[in-house]
Amino acid sequence: MHWWLPLKASTFTGPIDGLFLAILIITGIAFVLVEVGLIWFIVKYRARPGRKAFYTHGNTRAEVIWTTIPAVTMVALGLISNHYWVQMKGRNSIPPNAYPIGIHAKQFEWQITYPGADGKLGTGDDFTVRNQLHLPVGRPIVVQLSSEDVIHSFYVPQFRVRQDVVPGMDIKAWFQATVPGTYELGCSQLCGLGHYRMRAQVTVHTQEDYDAWMKQAAQEASP
Amino acid sequence: MTTVAATAHRTPAHHDDRSFIRKYIFSTDHKIIGIQFLFVSLFFLLVGGLLAMQMRWQLGFPGKPMPGGGILPETMAPGGVILPEYYIQLVTMHGTFMVFFAIMPLLVGVFANFLIPLKIGTHDMAFPRINMWSFWSFFAAGLVMLSSLFVPDGAARAGWTMYAPLSARHDYSGASFGQELWSVSIILVGLSSILGSLNYITTIINNRAPGMTWFRLPLSVWSLFITAILGLLALPVLSGAAIMLLFDQIIGTHFFDPAAGGQALLWQHLFWFFGHPEVYILILPAMGMVSDIISNGSRKPIFGYHSMVFAIVAIAFLGWIVWGHHMFVSGMNPTLGSSFMVSTLVIAVPSAVKVFNWMGTMWRGNIRFHVPMLHAVAFVAMFAIGGLSGIFMAATPVDMQIHDTYFIVAHLHYVLFGGSLFALFGAIVYWYPKMFGRMMSEPWGKVHFWLTFIFYNCTFFPMHITGMAGEMRRLYDPNQYTFLQPYQPMRVFISISAFLLFATQLIFFVNFWWSLFKGKKASQNPWHDNGLEWSLPSPAPHGNWETVPTVYRGPYEFSSPQAAEDYLPQYIKLPTDREPARAPVAGH
Ligand code: HEM
Ligand SMILES: [Cu+2]
Ligand SMILES: [Cu+2]
Repeated sequence: MHWWLPLKASTFTGPIDGLFLAILIITGIAFVLVEVGLIWFIVKYRARPGRKAFYTHGNTRAEVIWTTIPAVTMVALGLISNHYWVQMKGRNSIPPNAYPIGIHAKQFEWQITYPGADGKLGTGDDFTVRNQLHLPVGRPIVVQLSSEDVIHSFYVPQFRVRQDVVPGMDIKAWFQATVPGTYELGCSQLCGLGHYRMRAQVTVHTQEDYDAWMKQAAQEASP
Repeated sequence: MTTVAATAHRTPAHHDDRSFIRKYIFSTDHKIIGIQFLFVSLFFLLVGGLLAMQMRWQLGFPGKPMPGGGILPETMAPGGVILPEYYIQLVTMHGTFMVFFAIMPLLVGVFANFLIPLKIGTHDMAFPRINMWSFWSFFAAGLVMLSSLFVPDGAARAGWTMYAPLSARHDYSGASFGQELWSVSIILVGLSSILGSLNYITTIINNRAPGMTWFRLPLSVWSLFITAILGLLALPVLSGAAIMLLFDQIIGTHFFDPAAGGQALLWQHLFWFFGHPEVYILILPAMGMVSDIISNGSRKPIFGYHSMVFAIVAIAFLGWIVWGHHMFVSGMNPTLGSSFMVSTLVIAVPSAVKVFNWMGTMWRGNIRFHVPMLHAVAFVAMFAIGGLSGIFMAATPVDMQIHDTYFIVAHLHYVLFGGSLFALFGAIVYWYPKMFGRMMSEPWGKVHFWLTFIFYNCTFFPMHITGMAGEMRRLYDPNQYTFLQPYQPMRVFISISAFLLFATQLIFFVNFWWSLFKGKKASQNPWHDNGLEWSLPSPAPHGNWETVPTVYRGPYEFSSPQAAEDYLPQYIKLPTDREPARAPVAGH
């Protein structure tokens, strides 16, 4: 059991985990301030006979300070987050050389279409495999998501990538895996009674292995 | 210096000759309506809790027969083993009951009804009959929702957020009648809230006692007022969306079904346009009542009354422009995501301001830890955690990882259970004497508080960890995923804590019922508070005052140098006080 974010296996893990840590530090300071403050006040100002509370209605300077500091922090956090958001999800964020894979979700499986030898989707050598996502390492991948029926969600925790798959929409999402190995693709949007078992295996290969896998899989899929 | 006790006066009650039915069933008395809401929504709180226990059984001990589960029919849990299709009904109905039939009516149905006329000094609501209808449409909605659990193919199955097209088409969800009953029930709940809100707004604007200026209103009334405005504007959107959903389900329209030209995301925009203001409906009244209780418990005026009011207004205003933070990865234009992120982060600011002002109120106080105060302080401590976890989710890149995981579940329980429900426990204990004329047991109240506080944190804090690990929400069995298997011991821990948390609530229920008959008789002003309601006998009589009191000051004059005691009620006239300029408003 690992008390942190999952293993890091894509280029998004750097900025996302970094932001997470930064927010943890900021909120951690606020958390300690509030909780320790409360405990301190509870102990120090508990009722004692013969004492009267200090009669005051507030302090404008205190209000200004504790409004401004959070406001400035939040706006700064928003600007920094947005910088990374635009890189990951922005309209023009998908690298032009990204390798395309088609993913069609339906209750309760992932149908994954590979571009074949020509590296393009929508041509004659495409082939489709159920619940097996294979990809090459170190290269931007763009998944083209579509749904047969209801909303599903494409989620690989180790890649820190998530995108809902919405019927009636063609949505593209990109990421780049950094560590070869096997992972799991899960559906993270309630999609019916089989939602919990709507998973696929993700295998990240070196480019050579990937090419070899694809040759073989194309043959098996074609008959 | 004046002595409070010497000048406090008892006003004789109205002579009451209504029949039993008019008095207790089809009552138009705001206090009885509030108490009706109290009993019914506590019952639904219990129902919601029972549903949660079943979910926690499945998550802690997947595939094992549930103790007592044998009584469930084959279609839900054959041999006591929960089926996936039953599990998603549990998820859906737990959320639905807790949000629409427990927390919201407890905060608004109970306390807006009970407190507003008493705290602003009037005889009843502006429209007592509309008020009665608000209760009865809520009651009907609750019965419809409850009955949906027992129809042949079971209750609704698409989560409390009811995302379309899963919810819109029966062939997708596998449920038909249950889904339709959900829509009907939500339309009725919307009606109830709209009627209630109209009443609260009108009453607060028109029927304040002489001298009760806007800035002498207790923060509980301010927050209920703003909540009513949110309700009046948000619930029609939900009702409209539910009507469209019902049409999709029964008469073959396709608003939300892309297979026939509809739009899946339209539902999400409508739902969250209602849904985010709704979460503030679920917290603002709690914040208001906590403010009253903390000031009382600290024996000190509320710190920064005006900033507290402005913070409520700011939250309510910003609450309308953040709904997209539920949709960052929904396929919505990512540029919109950027603006929703900024507005969401900004809404954390007034929340922080409120927390600091509550702390400011306790600072240099003379703090009494009566049961309501314990709950109010716990509210601040827990709401702070929930508000802070919201910042993680507001940052869009981080939300990409934690959206739709248990991190969200942790967040919403820190604000709704740690926040709203703690405040409610405090508020029920606090105003119980004015409702029923008796006190709830103090020692048992403390036992209930501490056990709840401990088990609550044991239940919900670890969910942050499993959420970070990527455990998705609404999974029947997370062990399907190998990377989630190592967390099974944590899920067992959570489940056992949850069972203990539920068991602890029995203390509250017993205390509540026992005190109704056997509790210590309450004095007129047991907490030594300043509000107008404490000028009435306990329980407050029908019609409240013969002639409404006059208000001479704000509601938080604790430890004022002008009084010998450490409190100075709003209705006490000191020799230095002048009569308010405005003539008394005519009663009914
Ligand atoms: C400091 C203020 C808050 C911030 C910044 C905040 C932020 C957020 C965000 C960004 C989400 C969406 C996360 C996701 O689904 O990925 C969310 C969800 C949620 N929040 Fe908050 N929140 C705050 C306060 C509250 C309060 C006061 C309540 C209720 C009393 C609340 C109740 C909820 C609920 C119920 C959900 C989950 C809805 C669902 O998907 O089922 N939040 N919050
Ligand atoms: Cu799913
Ligand atoms: Cu929200």
